[in-house]
Amino acid sequence: MITAGIDIGSITAKAAVMQDGKILGTRVIFTGYNAEAAGRKVFDEILEELAIVPDSIKRIISTGYGRNSIKFADKSITEIMCHAAGAFYLNPRIRSIIDIGGQDSKAISMDENGKVKHFAMNDKCAAGTGRFLEVMARALEVNLDEFGTMSLKADRPSKISSLCTVFAESEVISLISKGESRENIIAGIHDSIASRISAMAIRTGLTAPAMLTGGVAKNIGVVKALEKKMGFGFEVSPYAQVNGAIGAAWLAASGRV
Amino acid sequence: MLFIFLIARIRKFLLKMKKDRKLRDIMTVYYMEAKTAPVSRRKVAWITSGGPVEPLIAMDVIPVYPENHGAMIGASKMGGDLCEKAEAMGYSSDLCSYARSDISCSTVNGGPIGGLPRPDMLICCNNICGTVLKWYEVQARYYRVPLFILDTPFCHTAYTEEAARYVRDQFDEYIQFLETACGKKFDYDRLKEVGRLSVQGQRLWQSVLDTAMSKPSPISAFDAFYHLALIVTLRGTPEVIEYYSALLDKMRKRIEQGIGAVPNEKYRLLWDNIPIWYRVRWLSRKFASHDACLVADTYTSAWCGSMKYIDENRFLDSMAEAYTRIYLNIGVDEMARTVLQMVDKYEVDGIVMHSNRSCKPYSLGQYDIQKIVEKERGIPCLVIEADMVDDRSFSESQISTRIDAFMEMVKERK
Repeated sequence: MITAGIDIGSITAKAAVMQDGKILGTRVIFTGYNAEAAGRKVFDEILEELAIVPDSIKRIISTGYGRNSIKFADKSITEIMCHAAGAFYLNPRIRSIIDIGGQDSKAISMDENGKVKHFAMNDKCAAGTGRFLEVMARALEVNLDEFGTMSLKADRPSKISSLCTVFAESEVISLISKGESRENIIAGIHDSIASRISAMAIRTGLTAPAMLTGGVAKNIGVVKALEKKMGFGFEVSPYAQVNGAIGAAWLAASGRV
Repeated sequence: MLFIFLIARIRKFLLKMKKDRKLRDIMTVYYMEAKTAPVSRRKVAWITSGGPVEPLIAMDVIPVYPENHGAMIGASKMGGDLCEKAEAMGYSSDLCSYARSDISCSTVNGGPIGGLPRPDMLICCNNICGTVLKWYEVQARYYRVPLFILDTPFCHTAYTEEAARYVRDQFDEYIQFLETACGKKFDYDRLKEVGRLSVQGQRLWQSVLDTAMSKPSPISAFDAFYHLALIVTLRGTPEVIEYYSALLDKMRKRIEQGIGAVPNEKYRLLWDNIPIWYRVRWLSRKFASHDACLVADTYTSAWCGSMKYIDENRFLDSMAEAYTRIYLNIGVDEMARTVLQMVDKYEVDGIVMHSNRSCKPYSLGQYDIQKIVEKERGIPCLVIEADMVDDRSFSESQISTRIDAFMEMVKERK
């Protein structure tokens, strides 16, 4: 059976197609203004890439903030359940997930069947999310993809104390004007994200083995900072960014929902 | 002329409420009486929601509740605007939104009913929070009226003898204050009668809430938020008895006919904290779309929760204890015990907690209570962050996702 998962996030739209428990392919595009159109586009593109006709897809589950705007999906499920399912599919030993997406971050703990036990989400604030990093990258004139490796070269990470993205940006600007190195500032930014998220994760009772998912998991600096704060390592799968879409596609075939 | 204008304004607001003519009529008459009090030579007292109102009723003073007014402001979606006005006056956005909207409303006679009637005195009981002290001081200065403060010590673990004496003595001072403010002697026999009606009203209210034990529940917490108005504002009067008796009959009929507040009730939930007034309908529909009924809540039951301490025959003495040991004036352990009792009583599958930016005493222990409930009963608890009146603190898509994810958990566990 071939199934598909479509995850419409605030910044990117992701699609995953699975057949009999195997990932056939995944795709990521920018969501842009129209969530429904982005869902359609990412779905069409992945089908074209895999040379599959739409009729052969037996079931489609949508997830993410735009989940309810995907009218061609058979069902919509929250990204919390999908991330748990995706992590469980990739590694059934995983009991905790930290997902850092474009506009929110989540801490999820799960049982031995991959079912959600607890979850917490960041509240009404973009600090500690992908968007926060984007704003900082612009202020520092650094390509976001270089953020991770640059921060590992820091000798004395700066302290970013603001809880607010906008105020943190002005803090960063004042650090730049003081002549602080980009590496140290970026490391400071990662530490501040890790502080915020680890507080939420500890409250949710997260334990190892744990996985980091979402687009921000691609940033090695954030991974290291979080590991230091939490006191244990995180598995980062190559599918980190499309984990929610994989979970949706896997759930579509599971008969659980 | 003014009279007609006022009736029109109050009715216009109340008409927006559910189609329950009786409650609407009672509330219209109540606010009319309060607004025209100077004409009928009656006094008006503003009082905190958890304050002892019975002595006021016994003195024929009309009690008016800024918090009930705050709820009306919230329900009419006027909270954000009035809160902004208060912030422009210099009040912090961290201050309770009932306080902010009440204070700014006084200066502009705004809100859904054109402001509250001018008070002749203020009665502030700090059993619900500490904010009311400063809030009422501000209003006492603004209106230049006397303020009585009833200080109820926090009951961390118990109600001590010292606390009992301390509060009981203040009830005598309260009565002296009323005698001075009203210029007449206090009628202790009348208080006994009012006390009897108050207890009877609370019992009836509890019976109405108890009908939610039935499956399906004939009443939801969202309905209770609405019917609550009378036990808050008119406790101690015969209208309350009549209204809740009829409501109880109605709920019992629904039970007989198997009619639920939510069609296809599959999941039963408990609500914690003050309602998100400007989103009551949205939340009600949201949960109903998951076949979930919020059958009970810690909020509406607060107006009958300390009934166990009241002795009708020693009303004045026992009310000191009842008003001190209310839900918001007790330690987290006792709060958690109350929540656990409600979980068992109403057989709920989960708890929805509103972490209310405005109400710190109500929201403070929630994460602990959440842990205790999850450990003791193994049911999931959802925390949603919002505010009771200030709609600028509500993020629909975030809350929507949390509720959907929570319901996925509830469904998987059931």
